[in-house]
Amino acid sequence: MSLHTMSILVEDKPGVLTRVAGLFAARGFNIGSLAVGPTEEPGLSRMTIVVDVEKKPLEQVTKQLNRLINVIKVLEHESDDAVERELALIKVRAEGDARARVLEICGVFRVRVLDVTHKTLTIEGTGPPDKLEALTELLSDFGIVELARTGRVALARGDRGIRERVQRRLAAGAEDASEWTGGGV
Amino acid sequence: MKVTGAKALFKALEGEGVDVVFGIPGGAILPAYDPLLDSSIRHILNRHEQGAGHAAEGYAWATGKVGVCMATSGPGGCNLVTALADAKMDSVPVVAITGQVPTPVVGNDAFQEADITGITMPVTKHNFLVTEAGAIAETIREAFHIARTGRPGPVLVDIPKDVLLQEATWRWPEHVDLPGYRPTTKGNLKQVREAVRLILEAERPILYVGGGVIKADATKELFDLATEGRLPVVTTLMARGSFPDTHELALGMPGMHGGYTAVTSMQRADLLVALGARFDDRVTGQLASFAPHAKIVHADIDPAEIGKNRAADVPIVGDAKDVIAKMVAELRLRQEEAGGPPDRSEWLSTLRGWQAKYPYRYDQPEDGPLKPQFAIQRLYELTKGDAIVVAGVGQHQMWASQFWKFTEPRTWVNSGGLGTMGFAVPAALGAKTGRPDRRVVAIDGDGCFQMTAQELATSTTEKIPFVTAIINNAYLGMVRQWQELFYNERYSQVYLSHDTPDYVKLAEAYGAVGLRAEHPDEVDAVIEKALSVEDRSVVIDFRCDPKEMCFPMVAAGSSNDDIVLGPGGARPTEDPKEAPIA
Repeated sequence: MSLHTMSILVEDKPGVLTRVAGLFAARGFNIGSLAVGPTEEPGLSRMTIVVDVEKKPLEQVTKQLNRLINVIKVLEHESDDAVERELALIKVRAEGDARARVLEICGVFRVRVLDVTHKTLTIEGTGPPDKLEALTELLSDFGIVELARTGRVALARGDRGIRERVQRRLAAGAEDASEWTGGGV
Repeated sequence: MKVTGAKALFKALEGEGVDVVFGIPGGAILPAYDPLLDSSIRHILNRHEQGAGHAAEGYAWATGKVGVCMATSGPGGCNLVTALADAKMDSVPVVAITGQVPTPVVGNDAFQEADITGITMPVTKHNFLVTEAGAIAETIREAFHIARTGRPGPVLVDIPKDVLLQEATWRWPEHVDLPGYRPTTKGNLKQVREAVRLILEAERPILYVGGGVIKADATKELFDLATEGRLPVVTTLMARGSFPDTHELALGMPGMHGGYTAVTSMQRADLLVALGARFDDRVTGQLASFAPHAKIVHADIDPAEIGKNRAADVPIVGDAKDVIAKMVAELRLRQEEAGGPPDRSEWLSTLRGWQAKYPYRYDQPEDGPLKPQFAIQRLYELTKGDAIVVAGVGQHQMWASQFWKFTEPRTWVNSGGLGTMGFAVPAALGAKTGRPDRRVVAIDGDGCFQMTAQELATSTTEKIPFVTAIINNAYLGMVRQWQELFYNERYSQVYLSHDTPDYVKLAEAYGAVGLRAEHPDEVDAVIEKALSVEDRSVVIDFRCDPKEMCFPMVAAGSSNDDIVLGPGGARPTEDPKEAPIA
């Protein structure tokens, strides 16, 4: 298995998330993270999905995602070809001596403190997923009370948007039906 | 102009050219049944929603138009699910309209509430929940567009009762705008040229034709391609009738119970040109050993089918009519340059040799018992093949496909992908509704028949007559065959009985004519009698040999090279653990 990050441009309508998630669930693929939000175009949402799956079944799911009426574009990101970020909110125990050490770690990671109580600090960490992994790991020494992560969001590097990117892939591989048509059937 | 949602629904259906709807009313859909009285649309009152669903499918199979069914909320919609799943698997264009409990109580476990859009999401091409009356016309328009274009399929539209009662301004949208739905219909010319190059190079080519060719109305183009290129044709269960079985290039049905020649021709081919086919497991047998020497040209409108089971050397995404027409044009050009099609007389004569040596065969002893194949063959001969044939699922379905020679598209209607027992009677009702000018013959099993026989009442009251020939072998025959071959003849829960119910009396109770043949001598007279009845449905109870098995057979998971021609060649397994996986 390997981790894949996909961006899916969808119509902002009720039930679309279920349709997309259903294609993964029907095959027993576990979604590692999922982030959904509005885009630069009104009426369209963008989902970023991280899924742990082999390449071949993923290709089949990709084609079937394209088959969904509400799906506009599907793009799988190559890891070195995309910028990826995630946000985590971490409530960590920080009493007595621990407080200074926690703040020191926050300084090293350049993350912000959002809320302070006598017993805890709530920290906002932003960055690539591996940075957040490292931060959480260090903070776990002090005792993490609560943790919430947004799930990964990603944009491909370069000057082109998802629509143009998929269109270009399509043109380049027009003879190759395994390429994404983005059209549905 | 302000109209109620219910009125808008029927105006929209009329706008889509719908002439008939199959359905059953109920609480939540009640408002829609009132404007129905003033509509030009005929409603056929089925006796079970599953019957309405299969009838809509049968209508679509036989006419090529979108079949429409209607049901109420909760159990009404749930009873449609099997038919929708069937239509999804076989790419049948169907629009289902369901009532839903009123919007304020949706999600409250209201009486007859079921989340039907949630339930049918995986078994429809798309579905809609309409939340305001003003959106009904547009939604119906989109539903029909999605159902009939691209790879056709079922679409469900769920409308809450208060939305049906609400008034809104009527507006019929001129265009459908679905930004995420733009099927690729035009085949890439460069790929078509490459495909034709492979065809001309091939020494042992086979056209592997699937249901997509009939759906795309591409049978004329297929005929030109096959005859001008001298290319032999296998037609899958979904494609029966796309190429005339009586033609010298026709090899018939491939697959688990296909003919020796059709199956083996694919195994020996050096090129398979798959047209609107999907390399289904029933066709390929064990995938790893399927058509091992063949290069693959795969043309399909659904990119998700290409490369799914077998990698394609030349993939072509597009509508079969467009792609095959382009192939024909290119082939003509190239063959004119070359002075004619390549000489493939050796391949064609090999195929003819197999056809002569290994036809479908059975042995009908003069004094009985009655063999199912004999009954079907006589039915074919006495109707002169002039009928729309509808089948259920099982042995009788395979025998019908084997022994009927189809010469026209849309004369074969059956449940292929989902394998839905009980499909035949309601689908025959739908087919006859769509094609009142044609004789419709359902060839059914006794197990299948009992699942949906109540639609005979619909046939009688709505005056939609068809013939149902029950191949009554007193068993769930295909399951029995597997238990005989692979479970050491340990018959478990497969016996149904020849005479319970009494099919003749049952037919009569439904207002149909009931006939029976128990002996080969009686077959012709019974068929002739059945064909003479035109004003009512007829049920023929063919009491057949329970032990007859369906051959040839490629056991599931086996290689097509291991095709078994008859009971003598079967290799029973003693240990159920060794039985093939269904």
